[in-house]
Amino acid sequence: MSTSAADIKTQDSGRYLKLSGLEPLVVRPDSNFINVGERTNVAGSRKFLRLIKEQKYTEALEVARHQVEGGAQIIDVNMDDGLIDGKKAMVRFLHLLVAEPDIARVPIMIDSSKWEIIEAGLQVVQGKCVVNSISLKEGEEEFIRQAKSIRRYGAAVIVMAFDEVGQADSLERRIEIAKRSYDILVNKVKFPPEDIIFDLNVFPVATGMDEHKNNAVDFIEGTRWVKNNLPHCSVSGGVSNVSFSFRGNDTVREAMHSVFLYHAIQAGMNIGIVNPAMLEIYDDIPTELLEHVEDVILNRREDATERLLELAESVQGSRKREAVSEAWREETLQDRITRALVKGIDKYIVADVEEARQAVDQPIEVIEGHLMTGMNVVGDLFGSGKMFLPQVVKSARVMKKAVAYLTPFIEDSKANNASGSAGKILLATVKGDVHDIGKNIVSVVLACNNYEIVDLGVMVPPEKILAAAREEQVDMVGLSGLITPSLDEMVFLAKEMQRQEFDIPILIGGATTSKAHTAVKIDPEYVSAVVHVNDASRAVTVVGELMKDDESAAYKAGLKSDYENFREKFLARAVKKEYLSYTDAVANKLQLDWNENTIRKPNELGVQVLADLDIEKVIPYIDWSPFFRSWDLHGRYPNILEDKLVGKQAQELFSDAQKMLNKISAESWLQLKAIFGLFSANSIGDDIELKTEEGKAIFRTLRQQGKKKAGVPNLALADFIAPKASGIQDYMGCFCVSAGFGADEKAAEFNEALDDYNAILIKALADRLAEASAEYLHKQVRTEHWGYASDENLNNEELIKESYTGIRPAPGYPACPDHLEKQTIWEVLDVEKKIGVKLTESLAMWPAASVSGYYFAHPESKYFGLGKIKEDQLKEYTSRKGIPLEEARKWLGPNLVDSS
Amino acid sequence: MANVFKSLSERILVLDGAMGTMLQQYGFEEADFRGDRFADWPVSLKGNNDLLSITQPEALRKVHEAYLKAGADIIETNTFSGTRIAMADYKMEELAYEINLAAAKVAREAADNISKTTPDKPRFVAGSMGPTNKTASLSPDVEDPGFRGVSFEELRVSYKEQAEGLLDGGADILMVETIFDTLNAKAALYAIEEVKEERGIDVPIMVSGTITDASGRTLSGQTAEAFLISVSHIPLLSIGFNCALGAKQLQPYLEVLARRSDSAISAHPNAGLPNAFGEYDETPEQMAAQIKVFMEKGLVNIIGGCCGTTPDHIKAIAEVAAQFQPRPLAQTV
Repeated sequence: MSTSAADIKTQDSGRYLKLSGLEPLVVRPDSNFINVGERTNVAGSRKFLRLIKEQKYTEALEVARHQVEGGAQIIDVNMDDGLIDGKKAMVRFLHLLVAEPDIARVPIMIDSSKWEIIEAGLQVVQGKCVVNSISLKEGEEEFIRQAKSIRRYGAAVIVMAFDEVGQADSLERRIEIAKRSYDILVNKVKFPPEDIIFDLNVFPVATGMDEHKNNAVDFIEGTRWVKNNLPHCSVSGGVSNVSFSFRGNDTVREAMHSVFLYHAIQAGMNIGIVNPAMLEIYDDIPTELLEHVEDVILNRREDATERLLELAESVQGSRKREAVSEAWREETLQDRITRALVKGIDKYIVADVEEARQAVDQPIEVIEGHLMTGMNVVGDLFGSGKMFLPQVVKSARVMKKAVAYLTPFIEDSKANNASGSAGKILLATVKGDVHDIGKNIVSVVLACNNYEIVDLGVMVPPEKILAAAREEQVDMVGLSGLITPSLDEMVFLAKEMQRQEFDIPILIGGATTSKAHTAVKIDPEYVSAVVHVNDASRAVTVVGELMKDDESAAYKAGLKSDYENFREKFLARAVKKEYLSYTDAVANKLQLDWNENTIRKPNELGVQVLADLDIEKVIPYIDWSPFFRSWDLHGRYPNILEDKLVGKQAQELFSDAQKMLNKISAESWLQLKAIFGLFSANSIGDDIELKTEEGKAIFRTLRQQGKKKAGVPNLALADFIAPKASGIQDYMGCFCVSAGFGADEKAAEFNEALDDYNAILIKALADRLAEASAEYLHKQVRTEHWGYASDENLNNEELIKESYTGIRPAPGYPACPDHLEKQTIWEVLDVEKKIGVKLTESLAMWPAASVSGYYFAHPESKYFGLGKIKEDQLKEYTSRKGIPLEEARKWLGPNLVDSS
Repeated sequence: MANVFKSLSERILVLDGAMGTMLQQYGFEEADFRGDRFADWPVSLKGNNDLLSITQPEALRKVHEAYLKAGADIIETNTFSGTRIAMADYKMEELAYEINLAAAKVAREAADNISKTTPDKPRFVAGSMGPTNKTASLSPDVEDPGFRGVSFEELRVSYKEQAEGLLDGGADILMVETIFDTLNAKAALYAIEEVKEERGIDVPIMVSGTITDASGRTLSGQTAEAFLISVSHIPLLSIGFNCALGAKQLQPYLEVLARRSDSAISAHPNAGLPNAFGEYDETPEQMAAQIKVFMEKGLVNIIGGCCGTTPDHIKAIAEVAAQFQPRPLAQTV
């Protein structure tokens, strides 16, 4: 067991008043006096009251900032005024205030005589606040209720020396009320004593009335009693009250505040509402004034008041010191602009930007020069963890203000054709992802920089992103995502944008994205620029560079080569997925136990054509769920028909589909054709040799090469067929079905009649019928023509789940991705001649509503994905197949390791 | 019911690892998320991991069992996003209570089954209460920094419903976790206090924040100590940090808490920082070695894993934890 943690703990976990804004404030016995800023109080500052009344919140925030920069460790916020909606003003001001990190770093004192205002304030501040105040004025019950609630909100509390009788105005009454309040809070409410702060009422002295002479002394002695008798609690007070009678003579007032504080602090007062600008340093008070003031505060002489009044005439002081915090205004223009951006101060930005504008030829240069220089500092600070998000958002706001000021000048400038918006940017969180905090921040930061944002929100499907990008003619597309699957979605979008010949830049952002992923997976898919933007402040710089008319091409080229270099280095370093050599993969093939008993000779060998399948027999095999999905109605058939939201639409659609199916059937709109063949077959290596009527045909199969776990084979479809060397005769089949004959014509008829709905419907139904035909045919083959599953009895749902024995993989799909193999099927079955289904140049089937594939019957045969293959297999494969290597490479590109 | 405070005084308790990482391995598709009951739900449900407590309880039970077998003393319910607010993404607001109830029941059963076989090592269920997808302290609109996407009141109501579901389902502990905005967490704590008062019960509460970046602050801008102070008004079983960082990066912030808090200290870091492809690739051995440093320094009482951790990680962590005494706890006041 080590030492440190436990030992230090005993020092630090004492019962001290601990408060927090963005940063902690711990009030220890040896802490200096805690200074509460009082100028954000409508009752204490006429200026602040005016600003709030006029809803000039930006300036009101400057009052708060001034307090904190001036040394206030807590700021008191009070909105109690008959002419303003106090609750609304409190919430609005605090909402704005907590967005100012320079101010919000200190704890907040929520000050009101109205409970509802206090509670509204507590609900919007994350740190541990102080409530100012509660008291026994309305009785014990209300006192307890409020204290309990404050506890639950996690705040400390100021307790006024006030009870049902009235305000404590003597030492005895202060002690009485403080003790009673303390006992109730600590014993009944279980309020932690260190979170209790007593305000023992600072009343004026030197009023000319005898009963006021001892006010300061009573406060100081009351403080001493509380600190000695009520453990752990603090004492506070509003200091300026004490000098009330000397309004107008700041020199005397400042001296009075200092003297009062000096003695009260010695007695134990550790917190006070003080205007730091109204406080003289105790040691700097001239001796004579000090003596006279102390006489008054400590009530040391009968004539103390008169003597101080006399002296006051002569010390009617000159106002000194302007705020030190304005010193930065003396710096150079660029420094001032940078500071305004870094600190998020918008007070002088317009003046500074105007000064900058005067100094340059073109107003745009202020944005590209002064302001960008400042924003780059912001970006660097943020990137290195020295600024954090709320500050950056704040900086962006100043930037926006500056740009807004410059925009009219830029528009006027003939040399520049810049429009009002600096550019249009589409942002979206990709499909399947709901996280949008980061994206929203980028969105606002860019908006502040005068970009027009098209924000599509979350879970945005790719087609919607691309449609919006086109429609809105955006200048770039920003994709965001937080969960890992979003990475693939982004790759997909890049591919789609390439396919659809976009050339606008893509921005990639979000927690799981990275430069490496962008460089390795996304960038190669897209000819134009792809940039990974890891934070909001950098987004501004990057987007700015991309938008520059004259230099963006060079920037984009730079990005491309940067990513390419990065990619090369990364790939060189990366641990590659392990692949076996083709020889080793073959050695790890699936070894089935070949036995004549498990092989069933087909009842009918050879090729058969079913030129006109009976549609009525096929219809029951339709899998309806994908049909609804293609119409954006999500849910599983048949439950979807009863769905609360889409049920009605689904029913209508289904009923229309049924009507059309009836017509298709009755009026022979579509012809369903099928052809299949069952042949003697044996595998030779990874090829399958068929005996056909014409002689031989060979299907070539590809073998998985990814390294497998022990005991898991590297599969090829050939493994499901008995090797020739075993001497056992095996069989396989292949097929093609189509439901598309007539569909295009019928759709064209509908289109001509401007009936898009039915035009789409007929095609959707043809697709379903093709799939259903394949399912129906497979069943006929299993149970009759081949007959290996003659006792099979599966319902449609089980068919959809592929619960049957044997498989019907299709060329172009994961187990056999080589589309070229369709040509072999076409030759073996003579598909085009017999049923008219053609292969297009890109080996797609026409009519589109067609399905083709192989039949394997072995009980161990199953669907699998080939994954990636290596160059050695590709070479071997092409030489077996007898086609040029480059042709094979083109068709199998996505399946090749290191396909780039 | 066994007493978690007692166990905590005896040894370092091990929390389970990532739920999402484990559920991902099932490769559930849209239809699996939906199950029969939600087959017709109008929006996509893939990715709604919390819903799996209703539609795939067996998978969930297996994950819990794997972690319990790996040595976890405390398992977390699969309810990270189980609030009305977070469920709005899936139009499942009305299912929030049921999701929590179901998740807690599955965890309860799994924990009880194992507890029976190891009576000297009772297992506990912590009801996970995540941050929701809204922030009460930050404006989503820079045009108006005074705007808020969610109110304290909305959060309080939402968290209260979640807490009730978790407790009704049998959670021993409530865990407000992955806190990136302290105001959200305060609303959760407020709600829990209400439930405790209304039901006349006490519930141990774990609180775990998230330090998001190099600034060493929460997303809402607080330092580790300010965060600690802001949530210390409620008696806590433990306070700590999870997610966002790996064990190594977490250490300085844990030291702050360990020095300044009387509560137990918890940590459930990620399996390192995500690599370029969003995968967490710190091995169980690497992570355990890092966590051993926590133990040597006496920083923690509860230790587990967040994103990217698996039962293998938890097993390695549990083996290390068994070799050390827990950080000593102050006599509670």
